[in-house]
Amino acid sequence: MKKFKIILVIAIIAISESLYAQQTPAPKQTEAVTIVGATAHIGNGETIEYSLIIFENGKLTQVLDARTTKMAYRGKIINAEGKHIYPGFIAPNTTLGLVEVAAIRSTDDQKEIGEMLPHIRSLIAYNAESGIVESMRPNGVLIGQITPRGGTISGTSSVVQFDAWNWEDAVIKEDDGLHINWPNSFTHGKWWEGEERGMKLNKKYEEEVSKLSRFFNNSKAYLAGNQKKTHLPYKAMENVFTGKKKVFVHVDGEKEILDAIQFKKDQNLTEMVLVGAYNAHKVADKLKENNIAVLAQRPHSKPNQDDDDYDITYKMAKILQEKGVLVGLESSGQMETMNTRNLPFYAGTVAANGMDKEEALKLITSNTAKILGIDAIVGTLERGKDATLFISEGDALDMRTNKLTHAFIQGREISLDSHQTKLYKRYSDKYKSQKK
Amino acid sequence: MKFKFLPFILFLAGFGIQAQQYFPQNDGVKSVNTNYTVFKNAKIHIDPNTVIENGMFAIKSGKITAIGKSISIPENSVQIDLEGKEVYPSFIDIYSEFGIKKPVKAESDNNQPQYDAGREGYYWNDHIRPETNSAKLFTFDKADAEKLQKIGFGAVNTHFPDGIIRGTGMLVTLNTEGTEGDRILKDRSAQYLSFDKSVQSRQSYPTSIMGAMALLRQTYLDANWYPKGNAQYNDLSLEALNKNKDLIQIFKTDNLLDVLRADKVGDEFGIQYVIFGSGNEFEGLKEIKNTNATLIIPLDFPDAYDVENPFLANYVSLQDMKRWNQAPANLKMLAQNEIPFVLTAYNLKDEKKFKTNLLKAISYGLDKKAALAALTTTPAKILGQENKLGVLKEGAWANFLITSGDFFEEETILYENWVQGQRKVLENINRVNLAGNYKLKVSGNEYDLKITGKPGSPKVEVKLAETKIKSKITYEDTWLNLLLSSVDTTKTEFIRLVAKIPSKTDQISGKAILNNGSETTFTAIKTGDASSLDDKKKNDIYDVLPVTFPNMAYGFDVLPKQENILFKNATVWTNTKDGVLENTDVLIQNGKISGIGKSLNAGNARVIDATGKHLTSGIIDEHSHIAGSSINESGQNSSAEVSMEDAIDPTDINIYRNLAGGVTTVQLLHGSANPIGGRSAILRLKWGSTANDMIFEAAPKFIKFALGENVKQSNWGSTSRFPQSRMGVEQVYMDYFSRAKNYEQTKKSDKNFRKDIEMETLVEILNGERFITCHSYVQSEINMLMKVAESFGFRINTFTHILEGYKVADKMKEHGIGASTFSDWWAYKYEVKDAIPYNAAIMYDAELTVAINSDDSEMSRRLNQEAAKSVKYGDVPEEEAWKFVTLNPAKLLHIDQYVGSIQPGKDADVVLWTGHPLSVYSKAEKTLIEGVVYFDLEKDLKMREDIARQKNLLTGQMLQEKNKGEKTKPVVKKEEQDIHCDTLEIY
Repeated sequence: MKKFKIILVIAIIAISESLYAQQTPAPKQTEAVTIVGATAHIGNGETIEYSLIIFENGKLTQVLDARTTKMAYRGKIINAEGKHIYPGFIAPNTTLGLVEVAAIRSTDDQKEIGEMLPHIRSLIAYNAESGIVESMRPNGVLIGQITPRGGTISGTSSVVQFDAWNWEDAVIKEDDGLHINWPNSFTHGKWWEGEERGMKLNKKYEEEVSKLSRFFNNSKAYLAGNQKKTHLPYKAMENVFTGKKKVFVHVDGEKEILDAIQFKKDQNLTEMVLVGAYNAHKVADKLKENNIAVLAQRPHSKPNQDDDDYDITYKMAKILQEKGVLVGLESSGQMETMNTRNLPFYAGTVAANGMDKEEALKLITSNTAKILGIDAIVGTLERGKDATLFISEGDALDMRTNKLTHAFIQGREISLDSHQTKLYKRYSDKYKSQKK
Repeated sequence: MKFKFLPFILFLAGFGIQAQQYFPQNDGVKSVNTNYTVFKNAKIHIDPNTVIENGMFAIKSGKITAIGKSISIPENSVQIDLEGKEVYPSFIDIYSEFGIKKPVKAESDNNQPQYDAGREGYYWNDHIRPETNSAKLFTFDKADAEKLQKIGFGAVNTHFPDGIIRGTGMLVTLNTEGTEGDRILKDRSAQYLSFDKSVQSRQSYPTSIMGAMALLRQTYLDANWYPKGNAQYNDLSLEALNKNKDLIQIFKTDNLLDVLRADKVGDEFGIQYVIFGSGNEFEGLKEIKNTNATLIIPLDFPDAYDVENPFLANYVSLQDMKRWNQAPANLKMLAQNEIPFVLTAYNLKDEKKFKTNLLKAISYGLDKKAALAALTTTPAKILGQENKLGVLKEGAWANFLITSGDFFEEETILYENWVQGQRKVLENINRVNLAGNYKLKVSGNEYDLKITGKPGSPKVEVKLAETKIKSKITYEDTWLNLLLSSVDTTKTEFIRLVAKIPSKTDQISGKAILNNGSETTFTAIKTGDASSLDDKKKNDIYDVLPVTFPNMAYGFDVLPKQENILFKNATVWTNTKDGVLENTDVLIQNGKISGIGKSLNAGNARVIDATGKHLTSGIIDEHSHIAGSSINESGQNSSAEVSMEDAIDPTDINIYRNLAGGVTTVQLLHGSANPIGGRSAILRLKWGSTANDMIFEAAPKFIKFALGENVKQSNWGSTSRFPQSRMGVEQVYMDYFSRAKNYEQTKKSDKNFRKDIEMETLVEILNGERFITCHSYVQSEINMLMKVAESFGFRINTFTHILEGYKVADKMKEHGIGASTFSDWWAYKYEVKDAIPYNAAIMYDAELTVAINSDDSEMSRRLNQEAAKSVKYGDVPEEEAWKFVTLNPAKLLHIDQYVGSIQPGKDADVVLWTGHPLSVYSKAEKTLIEGVVYFDLEKDLKMREDIARQKNLLTGQMLQEKNKGEKTKPVVKKEEQDIHCDTLEIY
C-alpha cells in the first residue's frame, strides 16, 4: 500500500510537472484600441458591416458604423477589413478548470459526495491555469460558468473569464447560481440481476422531489430563525431566497420539467433556469408563462430515443426561441470539458437548422449573459460593456472559417497560443527542417 | 356420497401401476395386469391431418394396441364411452428444464476477473460443458408434472440450462404414477447449446457474442482434431462432444439476430440446429426460412405497456409497441411461410397463459392443424419418436387428451390427460356444463339467472326484476348449491337452493330453504344459451401493423430500390484531379456513376435539380462502433479469432442517423480492450437490409490492434491480466507472431495439426492477406509496433486515433502507414494529453494518407464538420480536408477503386448537400448507396408523421387492452448508450 502511495505521489508530481505551461495572463489595458473595418456581430441580433470599435480601460467606448461616422481613431489601431468581430462567447454549465484529465482521479474536482450541497463552491477549485481552459480561447470561448456536478443539489457555480492568474482574478460573478439535478422518473434497471434491460420507473421519484422541497423549507425556516448554530448548507441557501443566486435545474423529462415549474411557484423563486431540458420544447408555453429560461442541451448530442427526430438536438433551441423562451446553449455531455471549445459550432448547427445566424449567435452571447445575470457587463458589443471580444477571419460559428487573429478580455489582448499550438509549431518545425 | 367415486376406483383397478417385469416383489404376490381399456364413440385426432369420427381405440400396459373406426374388443377389457368427446395426442415440449435443479452461481473471492478455467481434465473453457448429463441431475417433480399435464403436455425433453455447450438432455414422460424407469423414454435425447455462459464459472472468455461464436467454432475444430491422437492430455469435454455428435442439437437464442448467428456457425460445421427463437421471427422471415432450421417458439407474447400516463407513454419506443402488436401473428406468418416450428411452454410464468396464447395465435390466423402439429408430430419427429409420441396409433404410447370438443376453442374443456396409460383427471367428465340463462321460480318470485364460466367453476348473476341480487354458486360433483341474498342488502337474510343436476340441464329443480327456515321447492328453466366466457375476455384481435425494414422507427415499408438518377447542375466534389466542378451534372445508372459533365442526357433517369447544392462521394468512417451488438471481446489479450461480422446489428438507429449525416460506409471495429483485437466488419449502411447484405463484399480483410492505456487496463481496475505495461504489450505481439510463424510451419508439415482460428488470422497478417488498423496514442508504442511488424516482415496498414502521429509522421511515412485520427478530442486520459487538433494537418503535410474518424455515433453523423476543423486547425486546403472523410479512408480501407470519389465507373455512393459540404450550415439532403436512396430529407419528414400516427394508433390499442382488464407492464425506457473503443458491455 505504501509503495502504491509513493507511486501515486510520483505520478501526480510527474503529471503536474509535465502538464501544460499556461500562457501568461495579459496585463491590464493601458492603451486604447481601435478596430476598424470588421463586420461586427453585436450579439443582440444586429450587425454593423463596416464597424469602428474603440475600447479603453477595459470597456467598450464606441461601437459605430465606420462608413457613416467620423470619429478619431484612438490608441492602437487594428485594421480588420474583411474580418468579423464578436463578443466573447460564454459557456454556461461547464466543468472547465475543475478537471484536467478525466481518467485520472487526482485531477478531477468536479463533484463532492452527499446530496444537498449548496455550500459547495466551484470557484475555489477553479484552476485558472488549466490547459483545457487555455484551449478555449483560440475558438472565441472567453467566459464560462464553472459548475459542480454530483448530488441532488450539486453546489454553487461562479462565472469566470479565461485569462487570469488565479480564480480570484478570474471571477466575473461569484456564486451566481445554485444547481439542482432534478430527480428522474426513471432509474436504471438491475439487468445483471435479471431485470429487464433499459430504464424502469423510479418508484422513489415523488419522495426525491419532496426531499428537495423539505430541504428548501428547512433552509427558509433556519434563515428566519436566530441562526445561533451554524448550518452551512442552509446558510448557503440565503441568496437563493433573496434572488441573488439563480436556481439552475438540470432536468430532461416533460413531467419532471412541469414538476420543476410547480416547484418554482411553490418555493416562490424569482428566477429559474432549466439546463439540458431535452423535452422543454413540449412545454415551451408553460416555460414562457413562468418566465423560465433554458440552457438547451448541446446540439452535438444524439437524440435520446430511437423514435426521435434525428435533428431534434440540432433544432431544440430554435423551437424554444420561436415560442418566446429565453434560450442559450450549454455544452455538458460526454467529453464535455475539452469539447466546450466547440461552443461556437453548436450555435452554428442551430443556424444550419433554421435559425437566423445572428439569432443563433445570441444563444452563446447575449442570451446566455442574460440567463447568467451578467448582461450588464458582457454578452454584446455595446458601449460600456467589457471589451471581451475577438476578431475572426471568417464566420466564427462555422469551423471552416473560425480563425481568430486577436482576442481581448476586459480590453487586455490575450495570447491565442496554447500547449497545443506550441506542439504544432514544434513538430511543424521539425519536419520543415527535415525537408531542407 | 361415497358412491360417486366408485367409477374412478374401478378405473384405477384397471390401470394400476405395473410391476416391473424382472423386479422381485417383496410386499405381496406378483401380479401383472394385462387388461385392456377400450375407448368408444370418440372423435379421434390421430394426427393433425387425420380424424376418425366415432372411432375407438384400446390401450394396454401404457401403449395403444389398436385404433380405428372399429376395432375388435378383447374380452378382458374395461370400456369407456366417450360420446361427444374428442381425443388428441398429448403434447410434447422439447425445450424444458423440468425436474432439473437450477445451476449454482459461482461467486468471486477477489473481485478480479478470472481468465483461466476453473476445472481440470475438461476443455480450456468452462463454458463448454458437453459432458453434462441431465439424467444425472434429474428428479421427477410431481407438482410441476401436474402443471404441465393440466395444459396438455404428456412428455418433455428436459436439460440443464447452463453454458454454451450444455450437454445432453433427456426425454421423459409426465407420468405421475410410474417410476423413473417408466418415465425416462430416452437418456441423451439431444444436445443443448446457447450463447450464454455457464453461471457455474466466472471465467471471463467469452464476454461477447462474437467471442461465443468463435469459441464454438474452435471447440468444434478441436473436437475433430482430438481423436486423431495428437492431444497430449485427456479432455473429457471433447470426448463427450464427439459422443454427442449424432444427437439432435438444440440451440437456445434470445433474439432474431442470434438465431441467424447460431445457424451461421452450424452451417460452417455441417450442423443443422433446432433453434429456440424469440417470437420476433416475423421481423426476418426470409432469413429465418433460409436457415432451414426448425424453430422452437415460446408461446409467450409481450404484455401491453401501461400507457395511461402520457408522460411515461412517450418513452415507449415504436419498436416495442409494434412488437407487442405483431407478436401474436408470428406463428401464423411462420406457418404461412412453411417455416417448421414447435411450441414450448418454457418461460411461461403462468401456465394458464399457454392456452390463452395459443388461442390468441389462432385468432390471429394460425391454422389449427399447424398448431396441433407444432405440439405433437413435429416435436416427436425432431426427437425421432414419430411412432411413439404425438400421434395415436398402434404401438404408440397411450399419451392422449380427452376434451369436450375442439381443443382450440376457448369453451372446450380438457377433461383428462392420459400419460403412458395413466389417467390424470383434470375436470370431472361427468359434470354438466350449466352455462345459460334461466328463469328461476322460488317462493312466488321470478328471478333471472345467468350462469357463465367453466363447468367446474361456474359464475352466476341473479336479478329480481332489474335489481341485482347478491348470490353465490357452487357446483361440486353433481350437486348445485345457490345462495341468494335478500334484496335489502342491510339484512342478513338468505335463500338457500340445492339441487341434484340431471344429465340434461334444460330444467333444474330442487329444494329451497327460505330465510325463515321453511322449506319449499324451486325450478330453474333454461331460456337460452349464455356464453361460458366473460364477455370482456373475448379474444378481440387488433389490426396488425405491417412489418417494416427494420421493424422500428424510420424503417422502410418496402426496401428502397436502385434508381437511375441525374443530378442536374450541382457543384461536384470529384476528389480527382478534376477537383470541384461547378454547374455539373452527374448521372447514376445501375448503381454506378456513369457520367459527369454538362447538360447530360437523363434518358430514363429521375432528374434531381441540384442547383446551388453540392454533390460529393459518401462519407467513410474508418473507425466506427455503430451497428454492433458487442464491441469488445475482453476475455483474452488476443481475440484475433473473433469477427465483428458476427456481431452486426442492422437495427441500430445510428445507421439511419449516420445516413442523415452523409455517411455511406463504416468500418465496424472491434474495441480496444486487447493488444490483438478482433476482425473488422466493413459495412455499407444499407438501412433496412440484413447484416449480411450490409457487408462491403469487395473490401479486404482487416483486424483491429490496440495499444496504450486500454490494453493494459489502466482505467478499468483490473490488474490480473498480462500486459499491464507498454513493455508487456510489445511482448504480447512478439509472442503471438512467433507462435503464428511456428504454427504455419507445423501446418505445412503435419497433416494432423490442430487448426487454430486465432493463429490462422495471425498467419493471414504475416502473409499480407489481412490488414491491421491499430488504435494508438503515444509515439513510443507507435514506433514499437512499426518495428515489431518490420521484424516479422509485414507492415501496419493504418494507425487509428494516432493522436501523437504528428510526432512520428516521418517514421510512419517511411513505413508507408496511413493515419486515421480524431479532429480535436484530447484530455480525457493521460495518454491524450499531447493530442492536438493540428495532428491531421501535420500528418497531411508529411504526406501521409490522413483520415478523420469518429469512434463515436454522435460525431459520426457530422464528420463533414470534423473534416472542416482541419481547415481551421492547420490550414489544410478544403478539397484535401474533404478527402479526409471520403477518399482517404477509402484508400486506407483499400476500397478506393469502388468508393471515395465521383468518377465514372465507381459505385454510386453519393451525397447531395444543401450547401458547401464542409460548412456547419450544410445538411445532407439525399444519401445514396449503389444508386439506392437510403436517406432523403423529405422522406424523413414523412416518416416522422408515420411514427407519430402509428404510435398514436398503438397507444389506443394498448389503452383498450388495459380497459379490458388485460395485464399490462410498466413503461421501460431504452437507454441510449455512447459506445466507444473501451465499451465493455452493451446493455
